[in-house]
Amino acid sequence: MTAVPTDAFPPAPPRPGAGHPRPYRFPHFETRILSNGLRIMVANVPAFPVVTTLAVVEAGVTRDPRDFEGLAQLVTRGLSEGTRTMNALELTTRLEMLGTTLDTGADWDSAIVQLTALSSRVEDAMAVLAEVLRFPAFPEYELERLRAERRADLAQLRAEPRGLADVFFSRLLFERSSRFARLAGGDEQSIERLSRDEVVRYHDTFYRPDATALMLVGDIDVEQAVRIASAHFGDWSGKGPPVTEPPAAQRYLEPRVHLVHKDDAPQSEVRVGHVAIPRFHPDYFPVVVMNAILGGLFSSRLNLNLREQHAYTYGAHSAFDWRRAASPFEVSTAVETAVTADALREIVHEFTRIRETPVSEAELSLAVSYLVGVFPIRFETTAEVAGGMANVEIFRLPSNYFDTYRERVAAVTAADVLRVAQTHLDPARLQVVVVGNAEAIREPIAALGLGPITVYDPLDEDLADRVA
Amino acid sequence: MHIPVESYHLPNGLHVVFSEDHTAPIVAVNLWYHVGSANERLDRTGFAHLFEHMLFQGSANVEANEHFELVQRAGGTLNGSTWLDRTNYYETLPSHQLALALWLEADRMGRMLPAMTQQKLDTQRDVVKNERRWSVDNQPYGTWWERLPALAFPEEHPFNHSLIGSMEHLTDASLDDVADFFRTYYTPDNAVLTVAGDFDRAEAVRLIEEYYGPIPRGTARPPLRDMSVPPTLGNTRREVVPDAVALPRLFVACRTPVFGTDGYYAASLAAAVLGLRTGCRLEQSLVRRQRVASQASAFTYDLAKGSDLLVVDATAHPGVTVEQLEAAVLAELDAMATTGVTEDEVTRARALIETSFVMSMQSAAERADQLSRFATYFGDPTLINTQVARYQATSAADVSRLARERLGADNRVLLVFVPADEPPAETDMALAEATA
Repeated sequence: MTAVPTDAFPPAPPRPGAGHPRPYRFPHFETRILSNGLRIMVANVPAFPVVTTLAVVEAGVTRDPRDFEGLAQLVTRGLSEGTRTMNALELTTRLEMLGTTLDTGADWDSAIVQLTALSSRVEDAMAVLAEVLRFPAFPEYELERLRAERRADLAQLRAEPRGLADVFFSRLLFERSSRFARLAGGDEQSIERLSRDEVVRYHDTFYRPDATALMLVGDIDVEQAVRIASAHFGDWSGKGPPVTEPPAAQRYLEPRVHLVHKDDAPQSEVRVGHVAIPRFHPDYFPVVVMNAILGGLFSSRLNLNLREQHAYTYGAHSAFDWRRAASPFEVSTAVETAVTADALREIVHEFTRIRETPVSEAELSLAVSYLVGVFPIRFETTAEVAGGMANVEIFRLPSNYFDTYRERVAAVTAADVLRVAQTHLDPARLQVVVVGNAEAIREPIAALGLGPITVYDPLDEDLADRVA
Repeated sequence: MHIPVESYHLPNGLHVVFSEDHTAPIVAVNLWYHVGSANERLDRTGFAHLFEHMLFQGSANVEANEHFELVQRAGGTLNGSTWLDRTNYYETLPSHQLALALWLEADRMGRMLPAMTQQKLDTQRDVVKNERRWSVDNQPYGTWWERLPALAFPEEHPFNHSLIGSMEHLTDASLDDVADFFRTYYTPDNAVLTVAGDFDRAEAVRLIEEYYGPIPRGTARPPLRDMSVPPTLGNTRREVVPDAVALPRLFVACRTPVFGTDGYYAASLAAAVLGLRTGCRLEQSLVRRQRVASQASAFTYDLAKGSDLLVVDATAHPGVTVEQLEAAVLAELDAMATTGVTEDEVTRARALIETSFVMSMQSAAERADQLSRFATYFGDPTLINTQVARYQATSAADVSRLARERLGADNRVLLVFVPADEPPAETDMALAEATA
C-alpha cells in the first residue's frame, strides 16, 4: 500500500552481503613505571602528526572532604591559572602559541589533564603540562573568579530543565551521606568554603607521582616518549594517600515519584532509575549488551517504543553511569506534557519486559555485532585512544582489556541478558523524577501507581532533604 | 599532512569523491544533498529537516528504521543533519561493510517514495515537534539560533526563516510535499557521494556504477531565490527577549564575507582573535579583567552563499546588568574595528586553528564530510588541502581591514536575552546545609 504516486523507479540491485573483515587491534601500548611510582603508558599511532598527552590523577570528586564539595573540580580548573614561573595569561599564551589548549577536569573517580599538540611541538607541550601538574600557583584573584563562575553555572543549571532533572535525580537517588547525592562541582554554600589554603592542601595531598598515570599517544616512539616524560617528571616526589570509595547506598528502598514543578514547561524532562552495580563487576559485559537492547541503541526497545511507535519524544535512552562505586542506572527522555504519564507507563513496561522473557536472537545479534563492529571506530583519534587507556587505569582493568573486549561481548547469550536484567534491574526500588508542569501531570502519574508522589520547587532543592 | 583526493562524475551528474587511507579497517560514506532550509517554501518552514527524518523511514527495499538497524548491525555509526543550504547523511563502518552503506544510500536516492505513508509522516512530524520543544522551546536561550538569522537577513531571504520550523508549518506538511521535495532535490545531479578510509578503489567504482548509475538525473531545479545582500547591515539593530533564563546573555552578529573567499579567512581569524579559547580578547578582557561576563566566545557560521555571519555571544557574570555586559562587548568590537589586531594575536589564532584542523582529520567521517563540503560548494574537493595555507596567507593587516569594514556599529544585530521574572530573593536560593 503506497500513498504516494510512484514514477518509474529504476530496479534495485540485490542487497549486498559483507566482505571479508580485516583484522584490527587496539593500538599496542607499553607501560613503564618510574622509581617515584609514576606510570607512563605510550602508544605509537603515527598516522597523523599529532600527540595527545593525558595525565590521570587519583584526585577525583569522591576525594572532596564533607562540606567542601567542589574542591576537586576547583583544583583542576585552577591548574591552568598559572604556575610558579607563569601567570595565567603567560601560561595560556605559551600553550596557545603552540596551537594547543589545556583540557582539565575532575570526574567522580579521577582528575584528568590533557592536551593534543602537533608532534613537532610535543617536547614544549610536555614541559608545560609538567609545570601545571607539579607547580600550580593557584592565585587567589583567579580562584575568586572561578568561584563566581561556579555560581553562574549553578544559576543557569536551575533555569535549565535538563540540568534540573539530572540534579534532582542524583540528589534523590543516593543516601544523604553519599558524596554522589551532592553536586560534583559543589553548591553555593560549599563553594564559599573553598579557600586557597584548601585548594593548595588538596593539590599537595593528591597530586603525587604514584597517584598519576601519564598517557602519550600519537606520532611519537616509545623511547622518545619515556625520555621526555622522565626528564619532566623523574624528580617529582611524595606519596598519595590510600584510596577509599564513598558510601553509595540508595536513599529510598521503595519506589517513589518526585515531581519538580515548572508551570511554564512545554515538555517534561523524565529520569527513571536506581543505584546499580559498580563498573568493575563480573557481569559488566552482559549488562552492557542488555542496556544496548533496552535503551542504548537507536533501535533499542525504549527508543523504538517511545519515539518511533508513539512519537512521544525526540529520543529515549538508558545508560549506566559507570563509576568505581555503585553506579546509577538511568532512563532519560523528554516528552510532551500531555503524554508524560503514557511515556512513564511505556518506560516501566519495557523495564519489566526485559526482566521477564529472553531477548530475541535478532535483538541480541544486533547489539553484539554493533558493539563488536564499532570498536575500531571508537578509537580513530589519538585523544580517543588515550581516553581508552585512561579508563583502563581509572577502573583498574586488566592491561589486555581491549584485546579481549570483542570476544567477551560476543560471548554474551540471551540467557545472560535475562539473568543480569533480573539480577541488576530492580523494579522494587525504581525512582521517578520529572521536571515539568506538576499540576498537569500529577493525577495521570498517580494513576500509574509508581509510588508516593512528592512535589518540589525547583529553587528549593533542600526540600529534597526534608521530605520523609 | 596531505589528504589524498580524487573525484569524478557519473553520467547522471553524481559527483563521486574518494580519499583512500588504509590506517584502520574503517570506511566512511558521506552524502551531501545541496538542499536545506533555504530551499523551503515560506509556508513550509522546517520541511527540509522533517524530510531528513522521513529519509530514515524506508525505501523500496528497506523497511522503516531498517537503515539504522542494518548499519548498526554491521558495526557502524550513522546519522544525518540539516543545515541552511545542505543536508548530509553519513555512515562510518568496518571497511568490509562498504557495499551495504552504498546500497542503502542508493535505495533511498533512487527509490524512497514507494515506502512513504501518511502514518510515517504523522509520526515523524510529532517526533520533530518534540525535537523543537527539546532543543528550542524548553532550553534557556534556545530560540537564539532562529532569532539571530531572522535579524541578520531580510524578510523573505532564504536564510531568514527558522531551520527547525514553526509548529504550524510542520502541521501543514503533506505527503505531496514529501514527493515534490524528493523529486526536485534528492537527485544524483544535486548530490556529492564521498568515500573515505579503507576501501579498494576498483571495487568502489564498480559498486557505485551498479548502484547509482541507473538513477535518473533530476529535472530542472528551481533556482535559489536571490541570496545577495549588501555587505553590511547599514546600522545596529537590537531585539530584547525576556526568557526563562538565570543570567542575561547577548548575541551580536555581523555580516562577513562568505565561506571560501579571502575575506572569509580574515573573518574566521578575527573571530578567533576575539573569541576562541582562553587567550582571546573577550575571555581576557570581559571574563578575566573586567569580570562582566561568565563566558564569552566568537565564531563564524561558515555560510557559502549571500553572506556569512560572525557571531559573538557572552553571558553575564552574576550581578552584572545586561547594560554593562552589552557596553563591554560593543567596546571590544569597537576597539577591534578601530585599531585592528596584532601579529601575535593572529599567530595564536592560526596555530589553534591549524591544530584543530589536523586533529579533526584523524576521523574518516570528518574527512569525508569536509570533502563533500568543498565538492558541494566549489565543485573541487582538493581544496581540503589548501585550508592551512589559506590561513597562513592571511595577514594581520587583512584581519585588521576585515574588522574595520565589518565589525563596526554600521553592521551589527544584537539579540539580548533577559530574565523574564524578577530573580528570587537571595534567601529563596539558599540550599540546605549539606549536613541536613
